[in-house]
Amino acid sequence: MFSDIITFDFLRHTFLTGLLIGIIAPLLGSFLVVRRLSLLADALSHVTLAGIAFGLFIEKQFLITFSPLYSGMGFSIIGAVLIEKLRSLYKAYQEIGIPIILSGGVGLSVIFIALANGFNTDLFGFLFGSVSAVTVNDLYLISAISIFVILAIVLFYKELLTLSFDEEHATVSGIHSKRIHFLFIVLTALVIAASIRIVGVLLVSALMTLPVAAAMRLAKSFKQLIFLSIVLAEFSVITGLISGYYANIPPGGTIVVISIIVLILSFFWNKVTLKQHKGDRVS
Amino acid sequence: MPDSIIRLDNVDFSYGNKKVLENVNLNIEQGMFMGLVGPNGGGKSTLIQLVLGLLPPEKGDIHLLNKPIDQFKQWNRIGFVSQKANTFNKGFPATVFEVVSMGLTAKIGYFHFMKKKDKQRVYEAISLVGMENEAHSNIGNLSGGQQQRIFIARALVSEPELLILDEPTVGIDYQNVDRFYELLHRLNKEENITLLLVSHDTGVLTKYATNVVCLNKTLHFHGNSEEYTALSTDYLSEIYGHPVQVVVHDHG
Repeated sequence: MFSDIITFDFLRHTFLTGLLIGIIAPLLGSFLVVRRLSLLADALSHVTLAGIAFGLFIEKQFLITFSPLYSGMGFSIIGAVLIEKLRSLYKAYQEIGIPIILSGGVGLSVIFIALANGFNTDLFGFLFGSVSAVTVNDLYLISAISIFVILAIVLFYKELLTLSFDEEHATVSGIHSKRIHFLFIVLTALVIAASIRIVGVLLVSALMTLPVAAAMRLAKSFKQLIFLSIVLAEFSVITGLISGYYANIPPGGTIVVISIIVLILSFFWNKVTLKQHKGDRVS
Repeated sequence: MPDSIIRLDNVDFSYGNKKVLENVNLNIEQGMFMGLVGPNGGGKSTLIQLVLGLLPPEKGDIHLLNKPIDQFKQWNRIGFVSQKANTFNKGFPATVFEVVSMGLTAKIGYFHFMKKKDKQRVYEAISLVGMENEAHSNIGNLSGGQQQRIFIARALVSEPELLILDEPTVGIDYQNVDRFYELLHRLNKEENITLLLVSHDTGVLTKYATNVVCLNKTLHFHGNSEEYTALSTDYLSEIYGHPVQVVVHDHG
């Protein structure tokens, strides 16, 4: 594949995009998982699908070409805002926004897909990821999103961590919890839109949660959690892209299956280290 | 006269039609260790929420550090340990150092990063509660009593003048409760931190607190802890609405 990466532009774009989302997906995912908001990623990815289907429909209807990633991103951000709105409307049922937005996203997707005259290869690529669909413009957009997301997390790291650990304490100590949470949910929407080219709508939440779930077994601190989950995600993305390319399988599938294997291995790792510790104590 | 840290004047509060607090007057002065006791549903936690600015009073005025509460901005001068503190997500991958650092987040402020002296302060707060050997342990692996010490350290790291604790000993085993109060006593005397502690366990509290108030919708008693322990059980039963037994702990 490496000689092919040098020869073929599209492969280089895919590979670079993969490396970028291998950083930002688990970075945001670490906060999502510890806040027990993993399902939020699923809801937003389905709204993103509605946006992408809308983009494909517009493309077909008006014969203009633009990347449906833009409309996907727009829908994703609107979905994020709506989930927040529902969260404040149903204070006692804070998770209710997630199934509402998820089903709304799927419903809209079905309508736009039908209006755009059904499935085509483009849509298939958005559902399960693709090694060949990343254009140079997509790469620019995803790079811009990645830089923005990383900068925002670095700048607001301590506020995000404080809020994730204990929302009440964060509010009492004078942090603007609502604004920080809003920033967080918009960042999540952006990461999902960026990741869809490679892993696809249906599997994007896996890239945000599986490496974190594996890293959780090993990490003692939150910084370790972020670092380890990025390492594991990069491993899954790189091996997933290479194997997907050679086996002619959408990379969403290979990346997620490799992530699950990594997760299973992390269970064993935990057992081994526990045994060692016990051994240390006995000896 | 010592500075007033918290002052409530004629404060009322209701949830819907149900009046929870009525005409509450309270003055907590610098250096006090104030114990707030009373029956469940007597409005203790509501009072704390009002003082923390989480709920607005229906009537009356609240002053914090001599400033009206709606103009009060220096929340880092007040530390808070919630009764929910020990129901945190035990699987959260954070070290003691990371958790205590969170107490500085608001003080350091947006767009600023932790500096060397901030880290120094975090280590100092951790040793103040006697947990220096566990600074880099995962917080979920500590005992309930140790975790509560860490939450105190998180509240102390911003060097507050006032520490508010809402039922902090819930979930701590019996033997550790005394050690916990010893720590509070030391903070009050040696670090000169004013304390407001909410508890339904009047016995241990009166041994350490300098002052006690008893709240059941209105303030029924306001005085020092000797006077409180001298109250007749009949009088307390009247306040609580059911018979109570005051277990007197010796002042050792």
